Amino acid sequence: MTIGAFADRGADLQLVGIEKRFPGFTAIENLNLTIPAGSFFALLGPSGCGKTTTLRLVAGLEEPTGGRILIGGADVTNQKSFQRPVNTVFQSYALFPHMTVLENVAFGLRRRKIGDPVAKAHEALLLVELDHLAHRRPQQLSGGQQQRVALARAIVNRPALLLLDEPLGALDLKLRRQMQLELKTIQEEVGLTFLHVTHDQEEAMTMADIIAVMNKGRIEQMGEPQQLYELPKTAFVANFLGQSNLFTGPVVSTTGTAIAVDVSGQKIVVPLERAHRVSGAVTIGVRPEKLTLHDVAPTYSDGRNVLGPGRVIDVSFSGVSTQYLVAVPGIGTLVVFAQNMAFGPAAHVGAEVWLSWNVNHGFGLDDDPTDAPRFEADLDTKTIAQQRRSSLITEFEEA
Amino acid sequence: MKLSLGKWLLPVYSGLALLFLMIPIGYTFVYSFNDSLKSNITWRGFTFDKWLNVCNVQNGAVCQAFGNSLFIGAVATVAATTLGTMIAIAIVRYRFKFRSQTSLLLFLPMATPEVVLGAGLAAQFLSLGVPKDMLTIILAHTMFCISFVVVTVKARVASLDPALEEAGRDLYGSAWQVFARITFPLLLPGILAAALLSFALSFDDFIITNFNSGAVTTFPKYIYISAARGIPAEANVLASAVFILALVVVVTVQVSGAAKARRLAKLS
Amino acid sequence: MAFAAFSSTAPSATAAPSTDPVARRRSPVALFLLLPGILYLVLFFLTPLVSLLLTSFQSPREFGDIGQFDYAFRWQNYVEVVTTYWPHIVRSFSYALAATFFALLISYPLAYFIGVKARKWPLLQSLMLVLVIAPFFISFLLRTLAWKQLFSDESFVVQSLKALSLLGPEAHVTGTAFSVIFGLTYNFIPFMTLPLYTTLERLDVRYLEAGNDLYASPFQVFRKITIPLSMPGIVAGTLLTFIPAAGDYINASRDFLGGTGTQMMGNVIEANFLVLQNYPSAAALSIILMTVILVIVSIYVKRSGTEELL
Repeated sequence: MTIGAFADRGADLQLVGIEKRFPGFTAIENLNLTIPAGSFFALLGPSGCGKTTTLRLVAGLEEPTGGRILIGGADVTNQKSFQRPVNTVFQSYALFPHMTVLENVAFGLRRRKIGDPVAKAHEALLLVELDHLAHRRPQQLSGGQQQRVALARAIVNRPALLLLDEPLGALDLKLRRQMQLELKTIQEEVGLTFLHVTHDQEEAMTMADIIAVMNKGRIEQMGEPQQLYELPKTAFVANFLGQSNLFTGPVVSTTGTAIAVDVSGQKIVVPLERAHRVSGAVTIGVRPEKLTLHDVAPTYSDGRNVLGPGRVIDVSFSGVSTQYLVAVPGIGTLVVFAQNMAFGPAAHVGAEVWLSWNVNHGFGLDDDPTDAPRFEADLDTKTIAQQRRSSLITEFEEA
Repeated sequence: MKLSLGKWLLPVYSGLALLFLMIPIGYTFVYSFNDSLKSNITWRGFTFDKWLNVCNVQNGAVCQAFGNSLFIGAVATVAATTLGTMIAIAIVRYRFKFRSQTSLLLFLPMATPEVVLGAGLAAQFLSLGVPKDMLTIILAHTMFCISFVVVTVKARVASLDPALEEAGRDLYGSAWQVFARITFPLLLPGILAAALLSFALSFDDFIITNFNSGAVTTFPKYIYISAARGIPAEANVLASAVFILALVVVVTVQVSGAAKARRLAKLS
Repeated sequence: MAFAAFSSTAPSATAAPSTDPVARRRSPVALFLLLPGILYLVLFFLTPLVSLLLTSFQSPREFGDIGQFDYAFRWQNYVEVVTTYWPHIVRSFSYALAATFFALLISYPLAYFIGVKARKWPLLQSLMLVLVIAPFFISFLLRTLAWKQLFSDESFVVQSLKALSLLGPEAHVTGTAFSVIFGLTYNFIPFMTLPLYTTLERLDVRYLEAGNDLYASPFQVFRKITIPLSMPGIVAGTLLTFIPAAGDYINASRDFLGGTGTQMMGNVIEANFLVLQNYPSAAALSIILMTVILVIVSIYVKRSGTEELL
């Protein structure tokens, strides 16, 4: 693939054994990742997890300490940024303030000496519905408009791979939702490979075909959004992608289809195909919206797990649903999301309640519970310090 | 009563302070219209003569000195701005050894009294046997302007979002294209400010010039030499003209800047 | 004009991200950018200081002419200049100190008004700022001469003072310590005001409101909040005034505002170098001046806790 020609379709991206060390600390360790051509791929993680560094490595703005980067099968590890068939939508948009919108969009085309850059730039601006503002300066546009110009400036080059660095972070909620849909539509229209870096799990789930959850320079889990949500592999994923109630205990019996775990004397059943570990001490969990509140002890049945009695310690109303915090002695505090099907809460603070859920909704993690603390993700002081440091470094890189 | 006094005290004080700053400027300007003879000390009546025939006094010695100052200022400005801008970019953007030593070397010329800078250079030229002329003045002026350029441009480089240059590289710009089309145009206001500052410093410098000028006369040196026997009103004319020109430039920049800001505010 | 940029030393030095080395890269380009300018400064700033130091130890050539010296280690030069010129040395630093003090006294309220109170009226703010830097546009020497003439014995000012008996009939204004300090104060007010303005302009008024809210009187708010927050400006301004004032010789010169009894180190250095051709004495005095200033500056900067200023 040469720089002088447009990519006719998106290309796949392969990262092989990527390692990136900054003076005094390691940002990425042995990262292996394949992004299929034409997909919308989201790299999701907290700030400082190495996702921005990964993106910068792919863009060629940072050199890996080790490993190889392949785009469409071609090794680009040693290519400079301006030689790669990759374009980036920057977090701050990085629109050139001394050029008009049109000049911004035509910049890449002119550098590559592609014919008729002005007409092509207008086309790209039409795609993002901003052609009428082509002669404005970027600073005369609103945040959402600037974002779309940044997108037009990148996709006009028909890169094999488009990188999006938290491009929606600066927009307000409503505009963000709208842009999410627009981005998705444009991606389907132009058929490019999108690599989207974000810390917003909702954004990632709405837009991406595949999500990789990244933590501390490693990929924790990768898969389709629904699969990640329904079957998280680690405590980190279970809590970073939505919320989870997690329990730890030994496996006490195994049948052909399920395992039973003893959690502080109460037996909880998880289907075998939803459990990553099937013997010894395991961590299992269930999503808060899968729980049902009962004000009398439900009759035990095969199809449901029951916990209780517990006491409601907090009720907070959020419109669509109500969140209950229920303290169950010996187990801890559980979160329950209940749809507001009727007026008024189903239980008041102080009420005695039982919790139940369909056995098929539980999941078992791959983590070894001895080093995965129960409710907290994994934020010990050392981790926080490390994340703080790497987030600072990311800031410096971006500043 | 006490309240209104407190309210007015600061504005009145500030107004008086500014008035105080203006007194000698006004004096110089007014005396450029003095129908004076050789020295320009007592008021002898109003005339436009000195403005119309600036270069006719003393065979144009004032204008000669003025021209020298313009020439020296221009050359020193170009040299200092080039060297200083390069250093400023390196300091903000790159890692290198001897960083703190470099900062010290850039800070010291600003912390050294001019008389020491002047005497030091003069001592060096003396021991090397270099004759003092226009060149030695330019060399001296370039030296003390560099640090000021670095400080001015550095602030601009630091406020330049590196993502803009990265975007340039990402959009297929080679290193040179990124510099010429993005970095340089964006740094230009800072570079121009630094150049103006250099020119002003060089144009008005007397102390360092006095040590390194030999027989060459600059505008400030002309005034210093003439001070004992009286300065002709033509010097006031030239100084006032420079003052008015500079004032017009600054006010234009300020007003156009304010208008631009208003236009932007209206659009968004 | 662009002097405002100089006063930005402080903020640019405190912009933390850009000073963190992690964000910067190593590259041969850095050398290419740095070398010409650094080399220039080494050649025309550093080596002159060395040759000044060498000159300061020179001894007169035997049977030589005036102005002919040989390299030696004649440390007595220093003893001689100190014993001969100690009044000038004391005068230089005390005049500079007084001028710095008065310039601060005049500039702080002015800078506070422009930077804080005038925020509501941007046009007034920029107009006042233009007036502060206006003196830079007109020759330093002419401004000083204007004061000389305004304070001359025949001037309206002096005549009026004498008529009101505020000044004795035989008294002069020019040629006194007063007029020299006055001139120094006047000339360096813009250098003091601009850095003060840049820090005060950034001062978040909400801090002052928070101070008021927490039961501080206006004076206490000023002393406990405004002053500490404007410290970088105060340090930059006082240094920008003190250093050139200590080395100045225009104001103290007999042809300007000074007299025989007001000569400062600058005057002596000039006379020894350019008139008497007594280079070693001029060099020794220069070295003393520079050393004392550097010592004062480093102590001052350390004590006021604004080291990042450098």
